[in-house]
Amino acid sequence: MNEDLGPLVPRNRDIHPPAYAVDYKTSVPRSPNQALLSMESTPSEETGPRFGHNILGKLDNNLILNWTRGESPAVGERILVHGRVLDEFGRPVPQTLVEIWQANAGGRYRHVKDTYFAPIDPNFGGCGRTITDDNGYYEFLTIRPGAYPWPNRANDWRPMHIHFSIFGHSFGQRLISQMYFQGDPLIDLCPIANTIRDRSHLDRLVAPLDMAKSRPLDFLAYKFDIVLRGRRQTMFENKPEGM
Amino acid sequence: MVQKLDTLQESPSQTAGPYVHIGCMPTHAGNAGAYEIELGTSPIEDGARGEVITIRGQVFDGTGWALRDAMIESWQPDAAGKFPGQDGADPRVSGFARFAAHGESGEYELRTVKPGRVPARGGGFQAPHISLWIVARGINTGLQTRIYFEDEENGDDPLLKRIEQRPRVETLMAKKTADGEYRFDIVLQGDKETVFLDL
Ligand SMILES: [Fe+3]
Repeated sequence: MNEDLGPLVPRNRDIHPPAYAVDYKTSVPRSPNQALLSMESTPSEETGPRFGHNILGKLDNNLILNWTRGESPAVGERILVHGRVLDEFGRPVPQTLVEIWQANAGGRYRHVKDTYFAPIDPNFGGCGRTITDDNGYYEFLTIRPGAYPWPNRANDWRPMHIHFSIFGHSFGQRLISQMYFQGDPLIDLCPIANTIRDRSHLDRLVAPLDMAKSRPLDFLAYKFDIVLRGRRQTMFENKPEGM
Repeated sequence: MVQKLDTLQESPSQTAGPYVHIGCMPTHAGNAGAYEIELGTSPIEDGARGEVITIRGQVFDGTGWALRDAMIESWQPDAAGKFPGQDGADPRVSGFARFAAHGESGEYELRTVKPGRVPARGGGFQAPHISLWIVARGINTGLQTRIYFEDEENGDDPLLKRIEQRPRVETLMAKKTADGEYRFDIVLQGDKETVFLDL
């Protein structure tokens, strides 16, 4: 635990979607009306859960094989998703847990509530996790998820996407987001992607094709870097008492 | 023109969606066995020091309907106010839990130890509290809030003191319902809207 660091950099709320986004209908009754209470972070936000490699199974970051314990591969386009977890100062965030979940190649989730026509793939569970290395790198082998329709406006479709959950080292860094794929025309039409007001920030969630990391005759690669909040530290930082 | 800043910007949030449990709580999604070790199933082990308490509640939307699909994470120190990893922290307190609104009733349950006071920045202490982070379909950026306890000394807590509209302080207070049992409902919008945090 880095107890000599200063407070977390306040969140720049302009880059995040507002709570209320009229085209994403479920957000309408689930968005607070009152302003958030802002304050400098405290030890409750500056500390956070840490997870060691002992929690990981051998295939946890291989979604092609993990559901069948290596018996039989999932259906779909094989892809590698890789990147780094960094903080706002560009420093790698090492040894932090990254979790993902996604639909199968047909756009169907393995979930009791998903009843889309596309069939369940008996060989695909749809979740994976890993811990970044000392340089903040992570990678997953998976299949490219299909786009899927969802009940919102009369004909809304989710672009192909992978859900990401990242911990960082402080509970105040906690982030859930989604990765989209370069060139998907559905991104422009998606009310969830477009909850992000500024297109340049949405673009930061679109992973480019990365031929340098793809493996001939095996898989294509997509690169997805994630930035978490940083912690301020200057020569002039006042050391709070009692810490 | 000015020099360019070389800092990065945080990645934007996106909703956790209706299927967050697949990735974070596979058993709750009907996918038991996806991971050998599922995370956050309890913030304490048997023998943790302090008073073991159970907190129950629901997460209500602006129409008064309890969400059936919310996932909540909690983070807290041990009974002495030490976070895991700090000197002298109780090794039986991991401090982290993940729990979900029940699929039919919307009720959640957190069994833990009552946390101790932790230092405030600039001196003094914060009243005992548990930090919460709430995600669900329709929540575009995870919502932070805190559970305080109505039966603790809360008068000097720096965060509670900043709440201008005093009746809203009540929205952060777990209500004692029996020995070792508390109720903490979360209201996303409207009357009695919970105070959500940005820190
Ligand atoms: Fe999705």
